[in-house]
Amino acid sequence: MEDQKLSADDIAEGVRRLAEAIRERNGDSPIALVGIRSRGDEVAERVLNLLSEEDRELAFGVLDISLYRDDFEHLHENPAIQETDIPFPVEGAHIILVDDVLFTGRTIRAALDALSDYGRPGKVELAVLIDRGHREMPIQPDYVGIVLDTRRLDHVWVSLEGTDGCDEVRISRKETP
Amino acid sequence: MPRKDLLDIASLDRAEIEHLLDQSAPFKELFTRSVKKVPALKGKSVLTLFYEPSTRTHSSFEVAAKRLSADVTNFDVAHSSITKGESVRETIETLQAMRTDFVIVRHKASGLPGTIARLTRASVINAGDGAHAHPTQALLDAFTIKEKFPDPTGKKVIIIGDILHSRVARSTSTILKKLGLEVAYLGPGSLVPRTGPENIRRFTDYKEAMAWSPDIVYLLRVQMERQDVQYFPSLREYHKLYGITEARLEEVRKRGLYLMHPGPVNRGVELCDAVMDYERSLINDQVENGIAVRMAVLYWLKPGAPGE
Repeated sequence: MEDQKLSADDIAEGVRRLAEAIRERNGDSPIALVGIRSRGDEVAERVLNLLSEEDRELAFGVLDISLYRDDFEHLHENPAIQETDIPFPVEGAHIILVDDVLFTGRTIRAALDALSDYGRPGKVELAVLIDRGHREMPIQPDYVGIVLDTRRLDHVWVSLEGTDGCDEVRISRKETP
Repeated sequence: MPRKDLLDIASLDRAEIEHLLDQSAPFKELFTRSVKKVPALKGKSVLTLFYEPSTRTHSSFEVAAKRLSADVTNFDVAHSSITKGESVRETIETLQAMRTDFVIVRHKASGLPGTIARLTRASVINAGDGAHAHPTQALLDAFTIKEKFPDPTGKKVIIIGDILHSRVARSTSTILKKLGLEVAYLGPGSLVPRTGPENIRRFTDYKEAMAWSPDIVYLLRVQMERQDVQYFPSLREYHKLYGITEARLEEVRKRGLYLMHPGPVNRGVELCDAVMDYERSLINDQVENGIAVRMAVLYWLKPGAPGE
């Protein structure tokens, strides 16, 4: 089957939608954006840029969840760990976790565990650039940029300027086995 | 390719070494959190087999494994003997039956960890075997140096002491050479081997060694328990000739040299008391970094992967 694509404009629109929804729901109350490595951090940074244009105070952090994954048994090689940087007190904070793609929900489960080892947040929400469905955990996003209709076995490849050199989303369709 | 075991530094390539050193930094960062533990090795079992006494390395491995949420069992081998072939086999059968995922071995016989590695699916980490190797010590030394010199190429390290009997000297100089540093040895003629890697300078005189302009002074522990033969006249004599005395500490300070020691130190032998307060002593960094590096090693190895 042919590949489907999303353009840089689609991505920009998705990020804008996320920022708008976050602004609408939270007004001026203090929030912290925490991007999940890799690429969730870049999405979070872009949302942050849109939100900080309005001169409001926002905390920002990045989270690496490698050590909290639940699939070590199935991996040929353990994923390389990157640094986590949460420069604000997690205790009592209103945190919005940001990721590029929401699929099974396992990454978010791991992120919630990782976050709780830094303190007890007052509230945690989830913002994703793309929701492609097929959850395996009881996890739903609070803010969504783009909803993609995919099949379970499809691959969704997200490229972002800062991480991969260009903005693009490709969906490779896999025939159902 | 994932590795099953860590037996020595010689069999690691530079990319693997760099990878392990890079991966140690995020583990070290965990130590500043209130929760220092991560669930990466939850449900995995780690067995420590120390046939030689060790406080530092043993507890460092134990802390590393526990911070990764592994279950640690210390196999009491203080009174048993593994020198006979039969008892090695029995030990291996026991740990197979226990379905151990990682085995950390220290033994006075060179090559014993390798033997165990070949006979079990568990990942084996050599925590020191005879005068052969001590790979996690080498990794923590390299990591400690890279924290001070992010690009350590061409930096000079003088290793002082009993080179002949030292697995630390062997493993640490191997890793430093692989990372592009220059290494030289200094010690009594009886304790500095004349054969060995050609590109390692050998000194028997402290002044000459200093004239070589090292950036780092690495002191080896004088192994009192391993000296069945007298290699130097007395400890006082050793201190006078090769130890960091107060006068030498002044020179070291003036030159801004870093000081390292794998511990535990013999005060008044390798170094004088004042060294413990020296601002460029990396001895405590080495201890802390040892935990991070060992976490990175445990996380990197894959039990059940094809061995060497």
